[in-house]
Amino acid sequence: MAEFTLSNRKKVVSRKEMTLSEKLYFPGILKGMGVTMSHLFKKKATLIHGKDHHVFAPVYRGTHVLKRDEQGAERCTACGLCAVACPAEAITMESAERKKGEESLYREEKYAKIYEINMLRCIFCGLCEEACPKEAIFLTDRIVPTTFNRGEFIYGKDKLVEPTDERVDVSKRQRPEVLEFKKDKKHYHNRTFLDKVKKVTKAH
Amino acid sequence: MGIEVLIIEKLIIVTIVFVITLGIAAYSTYGERKFAAFLQDRIGPNNAGPFGILQPVADGIKMVMKEDFIPETSNRFLYQIAPGLAMLTALMTSAVIPWGKSLFIFGREVPLQATDINVGMLYVLGVVSLGVYGIMIGGWSSNNKYSLLGALRASSQMISYELPMGLALIALLMVTGTLSLREMAEMQNGWNGMQWNIIYQPLGFVIFIVCAFAEANRTPFDLPECEAELIGGYHTEYSSMKLGFYLFAEYVHMFISSTIMATLYFGAYNFPGVNTLYDILPHNVVTLIGTAVLFIKILFFIMLFMWVRWTIPRFRYDQLMNLGWKVLVPLAIVNIVITAAVVLITL
Repeated sequence: MAEFTLSNRKKVVSRKEMTLSEKLYFPGILKGMGVTMSHLFKKKATLIHGKDHHVFAPVYRGTHVLKRDEQGAERCTACGLCAVACPAEAITMESAERKKGEESLYREEKYAKIYEINMLRCIFCGLCEEACPKEAIFLTDRIVPTTFNRGEFIYGKDKLVEPTDERVDVSKRQRPEVLEFKKDKKHYHNRTFLDKVKKVTKAH
Repeated sequence: MGIEVLIIEKLIIVTIVFVITLGIAAYSTYGERKFAAFLQDRIGPNNAGPFGILQPVADGIKMVMKEDFIPETSNRFLYQIAPGLAMLTALMTSAVIPWGKSLFIFGREVPLQATDINVGMLYVLGVVSLGVYGIMIGGWSSNNKYSLLGALRASSQMISYELPMGLALIALLMVTGTLSLREMAEMQNGWNGMQWNIIYQPLGFVIFIVCAFAEANRTPFDLPECEAELIGGYHTEYSSMKLGFYLFAEYVHMFISSTIMATLYFGAYNFPGVNTLYDILPHNVVTLIGTAVLFIKILFFIMLFMWVRWTIPRFRYDQLMNLGWKVLVPLAIVNIVITAAVVLITL
């Protein structure tokens, strides 16, 4: 039979008689007590709750955010690609048409009237973020807080859309190429509302 | 001045001993958690009060608030008195222990001891053997196979280890010639408080401390309550303060074992230079220093219990029995023979 090991590490079990010092137990016990005592003075690994903070990895995937653009208009256009991409089927949405005078609220002609993510279903894989063509949804380094009620884990737009006065930094989640690409104003979806207004006035 | 004064005096001493025993047992739980945490590179409880100093209080409140569950198939009466028995036998031992020499209060010499009976050591051994009943009755009356197995292990372990413990003490008795703990403590006062029994009985002490670990059901001999095999052992079915009593009794046992070890082998309340100090300082002050020294010794042994617990794993059951019957008992007999020979030669 061929040698079959997973880690290529093996140790032959020794069945030899114990020596006198091993039979006495005490030398071994004292040695072990020395080891534990040396740990008494070592640096503690504990992070104190409320004082120390975990350092998240740069690519940590936590609570989602629905981004606004620089002028504060919601980027999401309710295309549904994130919901299609979601392997846990956690995302549902309902779209609506933008009315006149709402241009500063919604970036595109169509927007998400209802946008819900069930945080109990979500596996935080980040596929919604990859699927989004509008740079609207991102996973952030924030943690989903615990609650007592299942219903409270279904996050609506009130919790997902970033407040205008309290922007969520997602630059850590955007690759350099993406950031570079976003500056290219030739593409329509990279233009801000102001760009569009300028263009219109220029044409006139 | 008569019997009333004596009763009041003893009542006060008993109350103080009781409170101190419970206090130290309560704070042993905190100390153990903190010590274990430090040995494992953690920091332990730190939220209840500064450095988590109120943790035992919080634990107590939690225990009392929990649902007190009684299994339907249990023997109700025995089930309910068993934790009390465990606690009672654990606490009774402290009655004969001399906590210090004596204090002069209002011109009366008050020995710091609840009662000085001339068979003190025998009393301690007797009460410690009664301790097995709390565990056995609790395990049996729960009507649960795990509890029963745990109780079975506890009783056989405690009975097995009482034997070498008693034999180790017989060797000590040959040296001291008395069973009274007070007299034993006074004997170790020689050489200006240096003549400790450990010098005469080093092997006896090693046997005694191993047996003390087994008697207190502490690691490496905590087979009665091993979580992995017996889901907690004899207290599987217990909850609320009844469980609390069992856990607490273990710490009281630990405290008492430490006290007895300090009293029998480590000079009790004597410390080097004690007699010189009695000439210089007032009597009461030196007595209190002696009591403090005794408590330092006790705390050291409690720490040793914890230190060993968080270092070595549990013995297998057959190893435990092998060690008890095939190693410790012959060793104790050899110790007796050697002691007897030496006593015979030197006399």
